[in-house]
Amino acid sequence: MSRTLFDKIWDSHVVKHVADGLDVLYIDQHFLHEVTSPQAFDGLRKRGIEVFRPKQCVATADHNVPTKNQDQPIKDPLSANQVNSLIKNCEEFGIELYGIGHENQGIVHIIGPDLGITQPGMTIVCGDSHTSTHGAFGTIAFGIGTSQVEQVLAAQSLVLSRPKTMNIEVSGQLNKGVTAKDVVLYIIAQLGAEGATGYFVEYSGEVFRNFTMDERMTVCNMSIEMGARGGLVGIDQTTIDYVTSRVDISKQKISSWLSLNTDEDAVFDKTVQLDAADIYPLVTCGTAPDTGIRLTDRVSDSKHITKKALGYMQFEQDDQISDQSVDYVFIGSCTNGRIEDLRAVANLVKGRKKADHVNVWVVPGSMKVRSQAIEERLDKIFEDSGFEFREPGCSACLAMNEDKIPEGSLCVSTSNRNFEGRQGEGARTVLASPLTAAASAITGKITDPTLFLN
Amino acid sequence: MEIQSKAIPLPLDNIDTDQIIPARFLKQTDRLGYGKNLFFAWRYLPDGTPNPDFELNNPARKEAKILIAGNNFGCGSSREHAAWAVADYGFRVILSTQFADIFKGNAYNNGLLPIELDERFISDITQLVLNQPETEIEVSLQHQLVKVSTLNLETSFHISPFKKECLLNGVDETDYLINLRDQVEQFEQQR
Repeated sequence: MSRTLFDKIWDSHVVKHVADGLDVLYIDQHFLHEVTSPQAFDGLRKRGIEVFRPKQCVATADHNVPTKNQDQPIKDPLSANQVNSLIKNCEEFGIELYGIGHENQGIVHIIGPDLGITQPGMTIVCGDSHTSTHGAFGTIAFGIGTSQVEQVLAAQSLVLSRPKTMNIEVSGQLNKGVTAKDVVLYIIAQLGAEGATGYFVEYSGEVFRNFTMDERMTVCNMSIEMGARGGLVGIDQTTIDYVTSRVDISKQKISSWLSLNTDEDAVFDKTVQLDAADIYPLVTCGTAPDTGIRLTDRVSDSKHITKKALGYMQFEQDDQISDQSVDYVFIGSCTNGRIEDLRAVANLVKGRKKADHVNVWVVPGSMKVRSQAIEERLDKIFEDSGFEFREPGCSACLAMNEDKIPEGSLCVSTSNRNFEGRQGEGARTVLASPLTAAASAITGKITDPTLFLN
Repeated sequence: MEIQSKAIPLPLDNIDTDQIIPARFLKQTDRLGYGKNLFFAWRYLPDGTPNPDFELNNPARKEAKILIAGNNFGCGSSREHAAWAVADYGFRVILSTQFADIFKGNAYNNGLLPIELDERFISDITQLVLNQPETEIEVSLQHQLVKVSTLNLETSFHISPFKKECLLNGVDETDYLINLRDQVEQFEQQR
């Protein structure tokens, strides 16, 4: 029978069917970070058991870490305690940890792929909803809660209901200035914040085929923002080149990966077809990620904007989004903190200065991304433009570390969520691509990046 | 699990995990005491006093064990702290038209019952509870029923028999998986 890529990976990982349609699914790779793991390790201690497969776990500190002076102790005692608990737990249970200062440290969803740990055909979990990022490699990757973190530590498996499958095809050529971030913001605006709940998405069509791995990761990363359990992209030469440039892989393994791709006549539970020509650079105007509008639009052009969101964002219905003054620009996160994102920003801002009233933070997603950026002298370009080039971490994506957006300030952010208070109490978040964020930093207003592109 | 209680209506769609519990409260290393920070930004005024306009602070709904939320409740992050906060506050049941997948799983793992019902029923029961805060709702996990006896309002709900068994008999899914370790090992060897 014809099957999708999702079906093939799922079927080959079923340890056992539980009587009523639930499956016990085997997990190949488990990523851990400091926020959602301490209670899980405590659970193991209470049960008096070891980690079942410690070699299939990798941990890093990312959510709580400061992005300045990482050589100094963390000032916030609670953050420090969480990071120190991770160090202690990894030592006690024999798990590889890339902690602060380690050359492999970084945001968990950036380091996994970059170190060649994320490989096609795998099942991958982490106590973090943006685990969907790894789907770019043709994997079943999804976020889990802390009880499930404990379960994977304890038995390398989970009890799961099988999600339905959805194919999202985007065909045609992208317009000027449209990035992977705009593509995914467009998809989310079309489907709604709950539009893919209960589904696992496959992104297909020439737009995704033409994307680099960094771009595919940006798209898969935000699958969760429309409720999807995860999202994946078929395995092709782009995938294989990325992985084999990092780790040695046998020819046999590569051909087995390619055989996993969706059969031509496989049927999805739902299919969505979109045209690349309809996609333009987008920014969100509300407090849910489905409120993306074009830079020529008014706030009321979003079909998902609510009254409550307008109030929180301090916008009027008739406001032109591109008139809004910007206080902060944040470039980074597991959505857009990779080297290609930083290159795109540097390319746009080179020789230009930020607007005086804007604070701009460029936060690389990992130590490796940071080193690469420095090697390419991108840091000099940022410095000349008045941007702060920081040390790696989740930073201003989630208001958990020192990098918070002050109350009432408007931040154009390359991260993934614009929820109320997400970047700080009362902070107003406008999600955007790295290009739009860079252009807005220069003008000090929400700005269409195509104005800067030749 | 048989619950009879007043309910708190929060008829907003897409209530995300950052509203349920903001990230700055996730810095603990235990599972205790998250209830006081549940819906923090909506529940408290800037000076830290309870916001009188927020339904959690309505004295007529004191000790409610049932939360009635809009569509897609619990969307966003995977933080189980959201389920811990809802449970620690004292809720046992959440009614919605749809829950975010990860939140739903986390709820089950913490003895919380997430019940998905059709839009009409959720809308009716929300209106009822908004107008009459003293309304008692009955929920029976055993019989998979939600009802308001005084009004002859009743509906059944679906739950996976495995999850039902876990909730009813206090079966711990983690124990279940630990007992499968041999089978998991066999699976690994046969791949």
